[in-house]
Amino acid sequence: MTVASDPPARTAVKRPSRLFKNMMAKIASIPMILTALVVFVGGTAWTVVHSFTGSRLLPKLNWVGLDQYERLWDTDRWIISITNLGIYGICSMIFTLVIGFTLAALLDRKIRFESAFRTIFLYPFALSFVVTGLAWQWILNPEFGIQSVVRDWGWTTFTFNPLNDPDTVMFGLLIAGLWQGTGLIMCIMLAGLRGIDEDIWKACRVDGIGTVKTYIQVIIPMMRPVFITSLVLIASGIIKLYDLVVAQTNGGPGISSEVPAKYVINYMFQAQNLGQGFAASTMMLCSVIIILIPWAYLEFGGKKNG
Amino acid sequence: MADMTANAGIEPRGPKPKKTFSRGNIFLYGTLIMVSMYYLLPLYVMLVTSVKGMPEIRLGNVFSPPLEVTFEPWVKAWSEACTGINCDGLSRGFWNSVQILIPSCVLSIAIASVNGYALSNWKFKGSEVFFTILILGAFIPYQTMLYPIVILLRELGLMGSISGLVLVHTIFGMPILTLLFRNYFASIPEELFKAARVDGAGFWRIYFQIMLPMALPIFVVAVILQVTGIWNDFLFGVIYTKPATYPMTVQLNNIVNSVQGIKEYNVNMAATMLTGLVPLVIYFLSGKLFVRGIAAGAVKG
Repeated sequence: MTVASDPPARTAVKRPSRLFKNMMAKIASIPMILTALVVFVGGTAWTVVHSFTGSRLLPKLNWVGLDQYERLWDTDRWIISITNLGIYGICSMIFTLVIGFTLAALLDRKIRFESAFRTIFLYPFALSFVVTGLAWQWILNPEFGIQSVVRDWGWTTFTFNPLNDPDTVMFGLLIAGLWQGTGLIMCIMLAGLRGIDEDIWKACRVDGIGTVKTYIQVIIPMMRPVFITSLVLIASGIIKLYDLVVAQTNGGPGISSEVPAKYVINYMFQAQNLGQGFAASTMMLCSVIIILIPWAYLEFGGKKNG
Repeated sequence: MADMTANAGIEPRGPKPKKTFSRGNIFLYGTLIMVSMYYLLPLYVMLVTSVKGMPEIRLGNVFSPPLEVTFEPWVKAWSEACTGINCDGLSRGFWNSVQILIPSCVLSIAIASVNGYALSNWKFKGSEVFFTILILGAFIPYQTMLYPIVILLRELGLMGSISGLVLVHTIFGMPILTLLFRNYFASIPEELFKAARVDGAGFWRIYFQIMLPMALPIFVVAVILQVTGIWNDFLFGVIYTKPATYPMTVQLNNIVNSVQGIKEYNVNMAATMLTGLVPLVIYFLSGKLFVRGIAAGAVKG
């Protein structure tokens, strides 16, 4: 808030102080300024600073250097969390982009009932991850769900029980996650496809390029910004992955579907090991920064050059 | 955002395909219908399960249609389902969520619209810097800010209370809403604003008499965005409230994933449906505006 009053005082002598110019706008922006500085900058800095301390039940400033980070990377649970997030993240990105684009392309083929299909593909996005997780938990239930249905059809050795199998549990989560999130990407892709000039299609048709080939070789390269936006969106959603896991598996079986966000919250609010939680959340922040920098470079650096 | 929504409204041009039942079309519609079934499946399963009796569930599978429709599970989920020692059902969570939703929605939209207005029409030194920080803040994982906010709320004496959660929702709704309003107000012709200035109208007068009435559509988009967002929130609910003030999603999770007692799948699914109902209704009522809201949410920065 000191920043708001930074115009030098000497201008105040000549004409009404610049500090008081736009006074109302400044007052009205106080909530925004407070949020930006206190919560976003202040809060993040506070957490990063405290990740170098040995805080346990209460935050303290007893420095322990990188101890928390060393301990973090020695913890199996963290390694599992990171691996899980990696598997989920890569699969989720690929499948969401492929499914989202395919659906958008199908909807863009001048079909009937387009809005009905779009409504169906997008409705899961309105539901919370808790509802999504619980619904899929029930569908994937080994006793009554898909596994039992297929067994009833006569295929008695059929096994499809991802939520109770440590090796495939992340794919059980992925099915639910894709169900919830692909509609959004489809919508963005569809908007992107609608933005492509009809003449491009005509030109391709004249040149005798097939529909699929046109999509892959002409349309997709043209939609690069849309793909990048989608990727950033998917990526920022993946790092936040928490509610879905809590509702669908609660990290189980054992700790085989733990994710970093859950690790942080468990250490901060249940295990009363704040330092670990801070260190883990700082690692999450780092991963976001690693994703954001290339994006910001592509998005804003590219524009200046081109 | 502006060109995306504009393009979404443009219908495909050119002549309609001639043959209705060509092989390509059958493949196209076949795929779309198959995919639609996958998307509709969970809703169908939830609905069917929630109107079956427990004996029927034990005998059948999740997909079989109900032989006997009963609404008892819905009643039970609403008023009797247990979380720990409390057995007053999901209704408590529902009313908590309503109490959280309304003030957070009003407060966050009010603040964000004024912010957006100030940022587009009353730029002052540093305003863009704060705005950039705000937008970048939307990308910071919530986990990094959770504990500092606990301290903040404790200092304010709001920890565990509904007002505390309202404040949290207002804070975290701010980046996207401010962006939404800023872009909208920036698209309103500047002459209008200048004319009002010449006529001697001040900050608030222009806001209330000129900007607000013109921004009604964007207010609807903001309301949709916030209602679904806040209703579906789980993380903040579980951390900043206590069992008596848990929002609906948290209570739902506690009911369904509680380990004690026999699992009543029909009650669980009825509870899940009940929780999903509010955003679903909003979604189906709002139609294109919902898409506009998420398109706005999608193109951050």
